[in-house]
Amino acid sequence: MSTQVIRATDLTRRFGDFTAVDHISFTMDSGEVVGYLGPNGSGKTTTIRMLLGLLIPTAGEASVLGYDVVRQAEQIRERVGYMSQKFALYHDLTVGENLTFYAGVYGERSRARLAEVLELVGLNQLEGERVSDLPSGWRQRLALGTAIVHRPRLLFLDEPTSGVDPTARRAFWDLIYTLVAEGVAALVTTHYMDEAEYCGRVGIMRDGKLLAMDTPSTLKASALPGLTWDVFLDGAGESVASSLLEALNALETCSCVLRAGLVSDHLRAITPADVSAETLRQRLGEAGVAGLRVEPAEPTLEDVFLALAAR
Amino acid sequence: MEVLIEAHNLHKSFGETRAVDGLSLRVAAGEIYGLVGPDGAGKTTTLRLLCAVLQLERIKGGQPASIRIGGYDAVRQTELARAQIGYLPQRFSLYDDLTVLENIRFFAEVRGLSSADWRPRCMEILGFVGLDPFVDRLAGHLSGGMKQKLGLAAALVHRPRVLLLDEPTTGVDPVTRQDFWQLIIRLASQANHEPSVAVLVSTPYMDEAARCTRVGFMRAGRLLMEGKPVDLTLRLKDQILELRGHPLDLLRRLAGADQDVEDAQMFGDRIHLRTRLGKRFEVEERLKQLIVSEGGEIVQLRPVAPQLEDVFISLSDQAVSPS
Repeated sequence: MSTQVIRATDLTRRFGDFTAVDHISFTMDSGEVVGYLGPNGSGKTTTIRMLLGLLIPTAGEASVLGYDVVRQAEQIRERVGYMSQKFALYHDLTVGENLTFYAGVYGERSRARLAEVLELVGLNQLEGERVSDLPSGWRQRLALGTAIVHRPRLLFLDEPTSGVDPTARRAFWDLIYTLVAEGVAALVTTHYMDEAEYCGRVGIMRDGKLLAMDTPSTLKASALPGLTWDVFLDGAGESVASSLLEALNALETCSCVLRAGLVSDHLRAITPADVSAETLRQRLGEAGVAGLRVEPAEPTLEDVFLALAAR
Repeated sequence: MEVLIEAHNLHKSFGETRAVDGLSLRVAAGEIYGLVGPDGAGKTTTLRLLCAVLQLERIKGGQPASIRIGGYDAVRQTELARAQIGYLPQRFSLYDDLTVLENIRFFAEVRGLSSADWRPRCMEILGFVGLDPFVDRLAGHLSGGMKQKLGLAAALVHRPRVLLLDEPTTGVDPVTRQDFWQLIIRLASQANHEPSVAVLVSTPYMDEAARCTRVGFMRAGRLLMEGKPVDLTLRLKDQILELRGHPLDLLRRLAGADQDVEDAQMFGDRIHLRTRLGKRFEVEERLKQLIVSEGGEIVQLRPVAPQLEDVFISLSDQAVSPS
């Protein structure tokens, strides 16, 4: 049985005349992993701080685990885990000491639980290491450990993967899913569009507004107005970069192209559903760029974001 | 092409931490060199050494360190070398209570542009980054993406030949990221009849690295590997399989346990398998049978062109093995 762990209704926060979070509404159930995707300054952290009861909403309301974020903030904070962007760790203490400290804060006294958490985050061999000696990927794991020591049913992870390398990022998501398999729900903010693909549902934030929240596949089907194409410049040789721009300009002038942009080392084009690869190639030729390879592509969440942002 | 950044044997320690450990780098005019690596790999320290804002360290008995920027020695001709550089640090400060034009004028005057020269140049560079409609807006009232573009304009106001960009797009709106990269490419490819610029840009995004002329992977103060993206990905040619299906955790566990699979990683909603050299077909055949017999479903299992991220992960596996 899944139960609602978050319910936000028209949640709003203004700072002076700046609206950081603008009437957002969503719900989240136990066992879900929801990605909260958006650039810096889009209101992700402000949302989380309101849900934790650290910041009073200007308007709207929200409940977390059934508790009201304004009147019952204490109860919420005792029951959720929170990992902030800047991992709140004591660098001159060891891994074990940091964990013991947070266990104390949450009133968790069992040694067995500490051992279990160390094992879970893969730091059992490093209990005696000082945090200052750990690489960022391991600090990140410890920060997660400190957030789960009191067995929370709901985790708020605020940009947990910023600044760690791709290998550590992947390993961290594995860890999140290990926790989820044990019945924990997680709201994870990120500005890496590709990471959001791992989430059951994804909310897309921009300028304080929640533009959409749904499964990645539904978002792709509903937000994108047509077909997605990859356009490659094979054998462009030395000046790949400048020919990319030429081809991009040409794509943008084609009447059959709804949107064009850079993606990795090639280009992405969105066209209406009735345009074929042959037509697209022909139009590009007429626009003065020949010899491009056009292939149907699968849309990404970045395409979704760009499409939603353009509305 | 004219080499505009030439650095040899750079070292820098902070206390016991070797932030940069014997790094050498060359970037020519027209090149976009992407520096990729996790936080703490030494990317920012490298850029700051090149700007000559940090002092180089001498290593006893080692080869001497040297930096030449646009032909000038960064140690003996520091001012001349610095004049060639436009630097956009990760945390760029603007004056929030000044307008866009006032901000850019400030940087123009700091960089020594004459009073006759600064206004046309400021308007030109603001036009280039697309901020000309906003010259009178207070910088404090700009969006994050516009601030980042103003930062770029400030770095470019004195027409530098060398552009050092420290994670200019980290956490930035994808719309701005698109614009920002178009600007970088135009700078490197001789737009506006100005001589082309050498760009050194650090980024955590592998998709951005893939469009650089050359990429260097950094870890623990060293360059692990550098080259053109196509050449780097060629190293894993015919070794990467993409697997899609359900349930993902079963698929990943089975694939990861295969004797000829070196690594199984999630790439969004699919799994990339790095197979041992020459074993791709065998892995493909085995997994097709195994996954079905274990109750899983394969939607697609096919060889794909390796991506830079595959290369980076394979390098990380070799460089350090945690615990």
